[in-house]
Amino acid sequence: MTVGGTTGIENGDRPVSEAGGGSSRAPGRPGQEVAFTARDQYVDAVAEYRHGGFETCADLCAVDYLTHPGRTLPDGVHPERFEVVVNLLSLSQARRVRLRVQVPESDATVPSLFDLYPGTEAMEREVFDLFGIVFEGHPDMTRILLPEDWEGHPLRKDYGVGRIPVQFKGAPGPR
Amino acid sequence: MSDPTSNSPSDRADAPDAVPDTVLAPPISGDQFLMPAPGGSTEGLAAETSEGPQELFRRGETDPSQLRREVGAVLRLPEGVAIDPSNIDIEQTDDETMIINMGPQHPSTHGVLRLMLELDGETVLRTKPVIGYLHTGMEKTAEELTYVQGSTNVTRMDYLAPLHNELVLSLAVEALLGIEMPPRSDWIRMLMVELNRVSSHLMWMATNGMDLGSTSMMIYGFREREMVLAFFEKTTGLRMNHNFIRPGGTAADLPDGWEDDVTVICDTVLARTAEYDELLTGQPLFRQRSEGIGTLSAEEALALSLTGPVLRSTGVPWDLRRAMPYLRYDEVDFDVIVGTYGDNFDRYSIRLNEIRESCRIIRQIVEKMPAGDYRVQDKKVTPPPRGRIDESMEALIHHFKVFTEGFKVPEGEVYVAVESPRGELGCYLVSDGSPKAYRMHIRGPSFVNLQGLPLMMRGGLLADAVAVCSTIDPVMGEVDR
Repeated sequence: MTVGGTTGIENGDRPVSEAGGGSSRAPGRPGQEVAFTARDQYVDAVAEYRHGGFETCADLCAVDYLTHPGRTLPDGVHPERFEVVVNLLSLSQARRVRLRVQVPESDATVPSLFDLYPGTEAMEREVFDLFGIVFEGHPDMTRILLPEDWEGHPLRKDYGVGRIPVQFKGAPGPR
Repeated sequence: MSDPTSNSPSDRADAPDAVPDTVLAPPISGDQFLMPAPGGSTEGLAAETSEGPQELFRRGETDPSQLRREVGAVLRLPEGVAIDPSNIDIEQTDDETMIINMGPQHPSTHGVLRLMLELDGETVLRTKPVIGYLHTGMEKTAEELTYVQGSTNVTRMDYLAPLHNELVLSLAVEALLGIEMPPRSDWIRMLMVELNRVSSHLMWMATNGMDLGSTSMMIYGFREREMVLAFFEKTTGLRMNHNFIRPGGTAADLPDGWEDDVTVICDTVLARTAEYDELLTGQPLFRQRSEGIGTLSAEEALALSLTGPVLRSTGVPWDLRRAMPYLRYDEVDFDVIVGTYGDNFDRYSIRLNEIRESCRIIRQIVEKMPAGDYRVQDKKVTPPPRGRIDESMEALIHHFKVFTEGFKVPEGEVYVAVESPRGELGCYLVSDGSPKAYRMHIRGPSFVNLQGLPLMMRGGLLADAVAVCSTIDPVMGEVDR
C-alpha cells in the first residue's frame, strides 16, 4: 500500500513463502506489512494511519545498522545508520503495519509521535536512552532505564561491551 | 540537564526516620539545595540516589508553561486532550502539596519500581514512575548470544511468565528461518504457556490479595502456583527460567503421565477459584476497596498503548490469541474476558476468569494432543538425538557445532507478538545472516502498561495507590530488561 509519501511493500521486505499449513501459523509471518517513509514525511504518514483506523501504537524501537550496512531496502530508500521502527496496530481490522524511518548519524533527530499516540512516550524515551536519538517535541526527553549521568548509549554498535567496569555512583575506582 | 537534583532531596530529608547515621559517600560540597535533616545528614545518600531530571519536579521550581507541559507528560496525555482543563490544578502551590517517594524498596511495588507521588493531603495528584533499577542490558546481551542461547536470556525478563518470553523469541526466529513446525510442538508449547498463564495469574491473585490486606489469599495463591511449578520442574527441570521452548521446538517431550498431572492441576485450581470467589469476590470490604478505583476509559487505554487485562478491563475485547491467532489457538474454544468499568475490580475479575479459561484450554489440549515430533527435524536447527551421538562421529560434530557456533538465520526483520499474562509481548528481531541476532527488541507489556499508572492514580487516595499499581501487574524484570 502507498500512503502519503511512503514506499510500501506487502509481506515483508524479503520473499516469504506462505505455503504450508503449519508454517503460516507463526504470528506476524502472513502479511507482515512494512512501509518506508522519509523523515520529513514521517509524522504525516503516521497521522494518516492514525486516521485510517490504527488506534494504537504497539511498539517503537530503533536499530543501529552501523555494522550491517548492506541490508535489503526497496528502491528509493537511502540507507542511513539508524532506523526507527514503529509498529502500529489496528484493532478494528486486526492488522499491523510497520513503519521504518531512516535516521542519519550526523543529525539523529526524529519528530515525536507523542501528539498522535501518547503511548509512545516511554518508548521514545527508551530509544533516546539506549540509542541517543532525540525525539523533537517530546515533553520529557530524559533517560529512562539508565542513570542520568550515564555516558554513551549502550545499544549503539560502537558502544564497547565487556571491558567497561560497571558504573556505580561514588564507588571507589580500580586499585 | 544541568542542575539535575534541584528539586527532590529536600522532600526526602523531611522524613527523619529514614535518616541513616552513616553516610555512604562524602557530601558534595557547595550543594545549596541539600537540606540538612534533623538527627543526621542525608546529603550523600540523597545525591547518590538522585535520578536527576527523571524525577518528578516540585511545582514551585517549574514555571507554569513548563508545568502545564509536565502535567500533560506525567499524565501521559497530549495537552488539552481528554483532560478537563479545569482539572489541571496548575494554580496549586507547593505549600499544599508534597512529593513523596514510594519505592524502589517498597514491598508493594512488586520489585524495584519507584513511584514519585505528589500528594494533596491523602489525594494523589501527579504520579511519575521512575524505572531502570533492574536494567541489565538484556537487549545488548542478546546481540552477543547465538539464537540457541537466546532463549536463556529472554526467559529471565518476565520471570513470572518465562515460557511466554521463550515462545515469542522462538516464533520470531522460526519466522525468519521459514521452517514448518510439527503440530505436536505447537500443542506442547500451548500447554506450557497456558499453564504459565495460570501460574502467573495465581501469583498476581496472591500479591494483589496481600496488597489489600488478605494474607490468606497470598498463601492460597502461592499454594496453587506451587502445583504448576512442580509440573514445570518435572517437565523442564526447573521451576523458572526454563529454556524449554527453543527455536525449532521444545527441549524435550512431555513426561509420562503428563495428562494426569495436568488434569489434577486443572481440577484443583478450578475448585480453588470457587474458594477465591468466597474469600474475595463477594466480600464487601474487598469490593469497596476495588470497585471504582483506578478507572480508565477505552480511549485512554488505547491512546496509551495499554494491552492485556488492563485494556480488556475497559471493555475492549482484544486478545491476540483470538484476534491474531498463533500456534493452534484457532483450534481451541475459549472466551475472551472483558470488563466494563476499567477499575480494579474488573481487572481482578478478568484475571480470575482467565485462570478458568486457561484451564478450559488446557483440558482441550489434553484431548487434542497429537503424536509426533516435539521439535522440527531440520538438521540445520535441531541437534541430533542423544543416542546417535554415541555411535556417529558426524552426529557428535553436528551437535558440537549447533551448540558452539549456532545456526545461521537468513537476513531480514520480523515482528512477532503473543498474548502474555500481562499483554502484548512482542519481539522485533533483525538478522544480518549470522548466527547471532543483530538486534533483538522485546516489547514488554508491563513497560508500556506502566504508562497508565499516572492516569489511574490521579485523584485517588494514597492507600489505593498500592492496589492500583498491583492491578497493572508490572514485572520489573521485564520493565527494565
